Amino acid sequence: MSTRPVWQERPTVFGLTVKTVVLALIVLAMVYPIYVVVLTSLSTAATVTAAGGLVTLPGELSLDAYRELFGGGVVTRAVLVSTGVTTVGTLLSLGLTILAAYGLSRPGSVLHRPLLFLFLLTFLFTPGMIPSYLIVRELGLIDSYWSLILPTAVSAFNLVVMRAFFMNIPGEVLDSARIDGASDFRILWRIVLPMSKGVTAVIGLFYAVGYWNAFFNAVLYINDNAKWPLQLILRQYVQQGMNLVPNQRAIDTAAGYALPPNLAIKMAIIVVALVPVLLIYPFVQRHFTKGVIIGAVKG
Amino acid sequence: MLRKSPPADALTSSAGLGKPPLRARLRRDWQLLAMTIPAVGLLVVFHYVPTLGNVIAFQDYSPYDGLTGSPWVGLYNFQWLLSDPEFWNALRNTVTITAFQLVFYFPVPIALAILLDSVLSRRLRLFIQGIVYMPHFFSWVLVVALFQQILGGAGLLAQTLRQAGHEPWNVMTDPDAFIVLVTAQAVWKDAGWGTIIFLAALAAINTHLYEAAAVDGASRWRRLWHITLPGLRPVILLLLILRLGDALNVGFEQFFLQRDAVGAEAAEVLDTFVYWRTLMTGAWSYGAAAGLFKGLVGLILIVVANKVAHRFGEQGIYKRS
Repeated sequence: MSTRPVWQERPTVFGLTVKTVVLALIVLAMVYPIYVVVLTSLSTAATVTAAGGLVTLPGELSLDAYRELFGGGVVTRAVLVSTGVTTVGTLLSLGLTILAAYGLSRPGSVLHRPLLFLFLLTFLFTPGMIPSYLIVRELGLIDSYWSLILPTAVSAFNLVVMRAFFMNIPGEVLDSARIDGASDFRILWRIVLPMSKGVTAVIGLFYAVGYWNAFFNAVLYINDNAKWPLQLILRQYVQQGMNLVPNQRAIDTAAGYALPPNLAIKMAIIVVALVPVLLIYPFVQRHFTKGVIIGAVKG
Repeated sequence: MLRKSPPADALTSSAGLGKPPLRARLRRDWQLLAMTIPAVGLLVVFHYVPTLGNVIAFQDYSPYDGLTGSPWVGLYNFQWLLSDPEFWNALRNTVTITAFQLVFYFPVPIALAILLDSVLSRRLRLFIQGIVYMPHFFSWVLVVALFQQILGGAGLLAQTLRQAGHEPWNVMTDPDAFIVLVTAQAVWKDAGWGTIIFLAALAAINTHLYEAAAVDGASRWRRLWHITLPGLRPVILLLLILRLGDALNVGFEQFFLQRDAVGAEAAEVLDTFVYWRTLMTGAWSYGAAAGLFKGLVGLILIVVANKVAHRFGEQGIYKRS
């Protein structure tokens, strides 16, 4: 490899081998469980039976498990709930965070110190589960989808990262826009945001993943299991091993249609929870280092 | 916009003018304030109001009587807490798990970052980074479910053992293996993501130092010891302080999900203790007392840890005022 600096000694064969093996094992430990789960979810009953459980070698494939899940049962509903909460929540969180981060990013602006302090203080003390629960209940948000959004809508960490990024934008650019008579809202929309696409994408991903993965809030605040988000379904049917009652396929089964194996259905629920994360991730990944470093250095 | 935009000299912070009066500044900055208020509002409602709501720890709170109608009981709930063996069990588990993870989790991202940094091919490095960061974005339910498929009673390990004619071992329900299991899960999920900050610190080390050391005949390992690790020192200390300040926080979901399978004896931590004792029985004030205890200890720990960092001449998480 040509990128090795001249002063660095040539790696020993032994060292290189050890390094390669270790890295390969790490990658394998990350990828293999996912491979097994995806493969099992795509396998037919015969293949699952032959494997005696999880399928490690590709056999006969079928999409039956997914057809079953998306045929309009609990999982379909939970996917809709999670998608809705994630979409609304991410837009709201991102909007509030951008506004507040910009509002607090102009040096010398009135009250910005005490307000920023309010956000920073949250790093030192968390109010605790019980008072938070009681507030949500007082507000009548139990069994409301808003209980999954509002309590976690603004993350102080994301706000600090975003603010640090905005502060790096040269003040002269913004001042000259002001002199031209642009309002702060206009400056934010027309100048600051177009310069901050990367950090917006990363913070958006953080929020979206947070909402998609939200579990704790749903356990606390959603009692009605018709409103359960996907993560609770995942817990009940996969982790706790309850079997999905086959819904609209009962008649087909009587007519000789083979129901997809339970294990495949369970693995398919895992895949459904996994796929959105896997899909957005590559697009945002390249912005990570930048966004997180600024947060770490300035935060 | 009805308001005439204020003159430019009031906005550019030209030195020597001094602070304009408050009213002028409010008129100048009202838009910035308006942008900040919605987020502050949510923060007040969902952070500061509950923080004050912790006063119910000194009451015998019932939702029926409300905050004003419930009787005050002084430190009764805290006395109860300190004489409750289940609380001590949860506290002991929490501290043990933190200590264990400090030894077996904390160094992993550092080692992994150094390993990744030594990969010369940029494309290969980015590829591996992309893969090891990924599990950070999986939910705990997902991670636990995946581990169950590999290590659980019907999982791949048990399946393999059975086919080889051995007794299957269900790691997921073994209380003795629990602390190792949760640490392994934490490593799998977050160690990769944890490398980011160390990789950034490694990139900031001046390569001339390495070059000079190599020219002077320092071996690979000596350079690691005398250049790389000192270069990482501030970041390592910073994260160590954060972790110590967070000593009573091992995360709720991971333990909540596995508590039933393993049993409270090994898997109960402070957060799950609060959940089970309060929300399941309605002992609001008692749960709030446990939560307040945890919050206050965390606050003290972080302040003390920061003081220690300042004494060592490091920056800590906030500056000396």
